[in-house]
Amino acid sequence: MSDIPEDLHYTKEHEWISGIDDGLTLTVGITAYAANALGDVVFVQLPEVGSSVTAGDAVGEVESTKSVSDIFAPVSGEVTEINEVVVDDPSLVNSDSYGEGWLFRVRLEGDPEDLLSPEEYAALTSGES
Amino acid sequence: MSRPTPLRGVHEALGATLTDFAGWLMPLRYGSESAEHNAVRQAAGLFDLSHMGEIFVTGSQAGEALDYALVGHISALEPGRARYTMIVDSRGGVLDDLIVYRLADEEFMVVANASNYPRVAAELTERAGTFEAAVEDRSEQYALVAVQGPRSREILGELTDADLDGLKYYAGLPATVAGRPALLARTGYTGEDGFELFVAAGDAEPLWAALTKAGEPYGLLPAGLSARDTLRLEAGMPLYGNELSADLTPFDAGLGRVVRFDKPGDFVGRAALEPLKDVPPARRLVGLIATGRRVPRHGYPVVSTDGAVVGEVTSGAPSQTLGRPIAMAYVDNGVSAGLAVDIRGSHEPVEVVELPFYRRKK
Repeated sequence: MSDIPEDLHYTKEHEWISGIDDGLTLTVGITAYAANALGDVVFVQLPEVGSSVTAGDAVGEVESTKSVSDIFAPVSGEVTEINEVVVDDPSLVNSDSYGEGWLFRVRLEGDPEDLLSPEEYAALTSGES
Repeated sequence: MSRPTPLRGVHEALGATLTDFAGWLMPLRYGSESAEHNAVRQAAGLFDLSHMGEIFVTGSQAGEALDYALVGHISALEPGRARYTMIVDSRGGVLDDLIVYRLADEEFMVVANASNYPRVAAELTERAGTFEAAVEDRSEQYALVAVQGPRSREILGELTDADLDGLKYYAGLPATVAGRPALLARTGYTGEDGFELFVAAGDAEPLWAALTKAGEPYGLLPAGLSARDTLRLEAGMPLYGNELSADLTPFDAGLGRVVRFDKPGDFVGRAALEPLKDVPPARRLVGLIATGRRVPRHGYPVVSTDGAVVGEVTSGAPSQTLGRPIAMAYVDNGVSAGLAVDIRGSHEPVEVVELPFYRRKK
């Protein structure tokens, strides 16, 4: 139902990752499918720039009208940048999930594991909807 | 498996996100719940509330039976008027909050919450046993559609010749709306002016379509349970299961005014409630406004500056109208300043305010 861009990787926690193929710094966001399921996002709390994160750890949270969910680190590494624009205007998570609604950037340490291809993520979300 | 309402097809065609609520498959939202909330505050919203229960009490002693069964003085209602009331158990614990309409001298309609109405119908049947009164649960036969918001009077005026200006708040009358018979009531759960229309289940779809069309020029949006919850929270209205439960009396909830000790005769709960009427309860229901952006939610502890738990949040949400998170909470008597809510381990400061958060301009 929701768009699943072909040039990104995904996680089972409904996050997207860009830059896997072409660099060491990856951008992380929440998929449109997840944003739609959450409803209007009203608050995002992001990890601190410079902090080290481990794949699978809860590193922040995203709050909508009805619920609050953890943001997980999809890979291990150091947080190099957070999206201050989305902190000020969390509705970007809903309106531009794969663009202006990005959350944070990580300098990758080690190899990413358990990431999903667009096809695999499409299969995951079609099973849940 | 959740039960669908008569409007399920409409919700699916509108692309609603559906959710289970009290065993019913209900629209949570159609698009943005914030837009739906704001539409009700600024224009109008259209709600499917068919999960609510409609229980009819009829007969020469129907009023007396309800005086005995409920905490309110129901027999004193004029035909065409409605009242907010409660049904309690013998300990005074709230089994449900209700709106009772007197449709005729010997005919009353009790509107109960979706999660409670089978119990309410059973209790009413038992309590009415010694009276000349019959209790019938007609929830299956009825759909309930609400139009809420400052433009709702104009929208409904397009579809009925009924005297809407003569219809007061908490009054109801039989009417024809979009060519269909409806019980038209000026009631709601949003803090806005608005109407609730009780119609035969089979009339729900054409009525919804007519209201959608008539409401379009006025900015009416279909609105789901998510918006309904944030609207009632801003208006400081209790929700059964959150602010009300069988473990609390009407006095605990700050709603002791609905208990009418001055009515004639005994009623279920009188003996338990009478000693409580002049005793301040240990906790009181207050409003909280968060100073930060994290949202206090149902079940989160309220703590004082030294970290002691002094209360519990019953409902919380980001408020569109205030632009900050709001909540209702029971807090210990005597505490009012220096409070915080324990939001997943961190103590977020809150300001204590009197309810409601929002009151519409008359």
